[in-house]
Amino acid sequence: MPEPVILVDHLVKRYGKTVAVDGIGFTVERGSTAALLGGNGAGKTTTLSILLGLLLPTTGTVHVFGEDVLRHRYRVLPRINFSSPYVDLPHRLTVRQNLSIYARLYGVQRRAETIGRLARDLQIEPLLDRPAGKLSSGQKTRVALAKALLNDPELLLLDEPTASLDPDTGDWVRGYLEEYRARTGATILLASHNMAEVERLCSEVMMMKEGRIVDRGSPDELIDRYGRTNLEEVFLQIARGVRALEGAL
Amino acid sequence: MTGPAMRRLGEKAFSPARVWAMLLRYLYILKSSWPRTLELLYWPTLQMLIWGFMSQFLRSNSSYVAQAFGVLLGAVMLWDLLFRSQLGLTISFLEEMWSRNLGQLFVTPLRPYEWLLSLLAMSVIRVTIGVVPAALLAIPLYHYSIFDLGLPLLAFLVVLMAMGWALGLAICGGIMRHGMGAESLAWTVIFALAPLSCIYYPVTTLPYWLRPLAWALPSTYVFEGMRAVLFGGIFRTDYFLTAIALDLVLLACGATIFFIAFRDARRRGALLQMGE
Repeated sequence: MPEPVILVDHLVKRYGKTVAVDGIGFTVERGSTAALLGGNGAGKTTTLSILLGLLLPTTGTVHVFGEDVLRHRYRVLPRINFSSPYVDLPHRLTVRQNLSIYARLYGVQRRAETIGRLARDLQIEPLLDRPAGKLSSGQKTRVALAKALLNDPELLLLDEPTASLDPDTGDWVRGYLEEYRARTGATILLASHNMAEVERLCSEVMMMKEGRIVDRGSPDELIDRYGRTNLEEVFLQIARGVRALEGAL
Repeated sequence: MTGPAMRRLGEKAFSPARVWAMLLRYLYILKSSWPRTLELLYWPTLQMLIWGFMSQFLRSNSSYVAQAFGVLLGAVMLWDLLFRSQLGLTISFLEEMWSRNLGQLFVTPLRPYEWLLSLLAMSVIRVTIGVVPAALLAIPLYHYSIFDLGLPLLAFLVVLMAMGWALGLAICGGIMRHGMGAESLAWTVIFALAPLSCIYYPVTTLPYWLRPLAWALPSTYVFEGMRAVLFGGIFRTDYFLTAIALDLVLLACGATIFFIAFRDARRRGALLQMGE
């Protein structure tokens, strides 16, 4: 059996007495799109931050591409990338300058060519010479995605990739991510509370609540297990504290 | 997929290309706002003008200044060099805070010490932009050139830059630990050291009990050393070596505070949250 791209085991993150992540464990297989799904404060962003090495866990282990992220994060970081609406690009720099700097940080060989290709793909060519701070939410999301794809990542971590986007732009971003995964065989892990997005993109969903994974499975499995018609109803059922049928986990 | 060359470069413990990328980023920021560039020039030039006229007045009214006209002007410029080297480092650091960008930077292969090197390089550039034009302007205005100090000037410059960096590192560490509420440290901390550095007066002016504190600062050796050059024409090697030794201690302390604060920020999850 091939090694999973992500292997998380007994992961705990405490801030004083607050437990943000409470002993979770999961794997994500190569080439799949998985989601951490849960309400605010469920521990999704904390888990992503630990995977990226931005946050040190209290206990537990995290392996990405078979490497221990806590010990060898610099073996992992060149192969992954990240996008979040909560982390900005410097506002006064133009989009081109921002992308160029990140391309240099990743050691991208043909920077201008790579930026040009991504700008065409993500339809941001007219924005390249505009300051990043003067973009709309939708434009910022596409630019952030371009930054996240600069190093052709084998693993893409996305925190709420379509938050604050209009339905049309959100749909376009989802389509692009599907196409990217299909074309490159990359693995995607996203944190979201957008049910439609998760249903469309993901083959594996981990439902999080209060720092724990309370259920997991494919969107269809979860819908069947809870006897609901869509993932949103499953989410609400879990959020309101009703457990799944016996033996769900 | 990630190319093998890109992966190898990312795994390299040090990459000048990553340092250059960060330096380029700060240069883009500087270029994007001419008022900020102007501000770099503004204060040193203003200080030089005020103290230049003051020196001209005192030359005919004070035997102290009459003996060496540049004693005040030189002190102003060297103090500004210290302040600008510290501020040059902390302002570039604050740019990352203001733009909430640390979370993006540290998911790249960028190492904290590479970032630090780019901050130091930017400090040199900011000092050059700020202090050199003021020093050059003093030549036609007051017929005073700080460059006449010759090689000792280079020694003073090294000591003051290193001290400014040490303070800057500690201040950045403080801001990382306490968040943007501590931002004002960047502009205030150094002025607490001004009275003890004996910029315009000899250490003997201080009360006895304060003198050991003054001699614990590398800057005090620079200003005393400058007066030794201007009044006696001698370069105090002992002052220089002591100042360098103190600088090394301060740099070690500053870097330790910075890296501990960085690791602590990773433990607290502050790298993603830090910003305005």
